[in-house]
Amino acid sequence: MTLETLVEKLELKCKCCWEKLKTTEIKGGYAGDLLSDVMANSKEGSIWVTRQVHLNIVAVASLKEHAGIVIVQGATPDKDTVEKATREGVPIMVSELTEFELVGRIYQLLQNG
Amino acid sequence: MPSDEYLQGIYYIQGRDFVDAGIVSSEIKKSLKDKGIPESIIRRVAVITFEAEVNMISYSEQGTIQLFIEPDAITIQADDIGQGIEDIELAQQEGYSTADDSIRELGFGAGMGLANIKKYSDIFEITSNPGDGAHLKSVVKL
Ligand SMILES: Nc1ncnc2c1ncn2[C@@H]1O[C@H](COP(=O)(O)OP(=O)(O)OP(=O)(O)O)[C@@H](O)[C@H]1O
Ligand SMILES: [Mg+2]
Repeated sequence: MTLETLVEKLELKCKCCWEKLKTTEIKGGYAGDLLSDVMANSKEGSIWVTRQVHLNIVAVASLKEHAGIVIVQGATPDKDTVEKATREGVPIMVSELTEFELVGRIYQLLQNG
Repeated sequence: MPSDEYLQGIYYIQGRDFVDAGIVSSEIKKSLKDKGIPESIIRRVAVITFEAEVNMISYSEQGTIQLFIEPDAITIQADDIGQGIEDIELAQQEGYSTADDSIRELGFGAGMGLANIKKYSDIFEITSNPGDGAHLKSVVKL
């Protein structure tokens, strides 16, 4: 599944790096708000679901080569976060759903190929 | 420490500078990519350098990370000036953290950093003189 499909199916708001949505394939997912946990346990190509909004999430996603970040519950990423994500080419999206609901939906979509 | 001929770079880290957290790790990652180091090794080094970098930003005044590339191993040497660590054993226990609220708000302070470094290293050594600073060495074999 591409990021573009994810954005369409779950009505995500994309905040930056629109040009990457079509070509970025999602290979899996990880949910977490503790950066050391995400750093140690997430895999490259994953979509990362979190409620963190500050710019350190971009460093983590970029180092781990995540497909992108989805921020939950309609939270607004900091301005610095979006700027850094644009520079580093890390797509950031926002969902209105809670972390629990969103992860369930993404998991289902990934299972159905 | 490996001999100077294998020194690939020295990176400077400023304490409390959370805005730049991860910059050194991403520079190191780029430099390993340029050298043609295998992806699986780069991934491990990225976790190690990120956790060392964030710990220096969180708990020290300033420090350096030195990167050595030998034919059969990569060594990360992290040295800082600062409060240091009272109880090294305790600090390495997963879940132990002295992070304050300002650090926890950023998603750090789970007490997993040192445990992660250890897990991803083939050799891991940490020493500290409380009041002076901390010294960490991690080796990843190629
Ligand atoms: N360079 C350092 N200087 C002084 N104290 C340190 C240093 N690195 C780690 N510590 C101490 O060891 C504790 C554990 O560190 P560790 O990296 O495992 O977890 P953390 O930084 O608290 O949380 P996390 O890394 O999960 O975000 C820290 O809370 C701190 O008290
Ligand atoms: Mg830490």
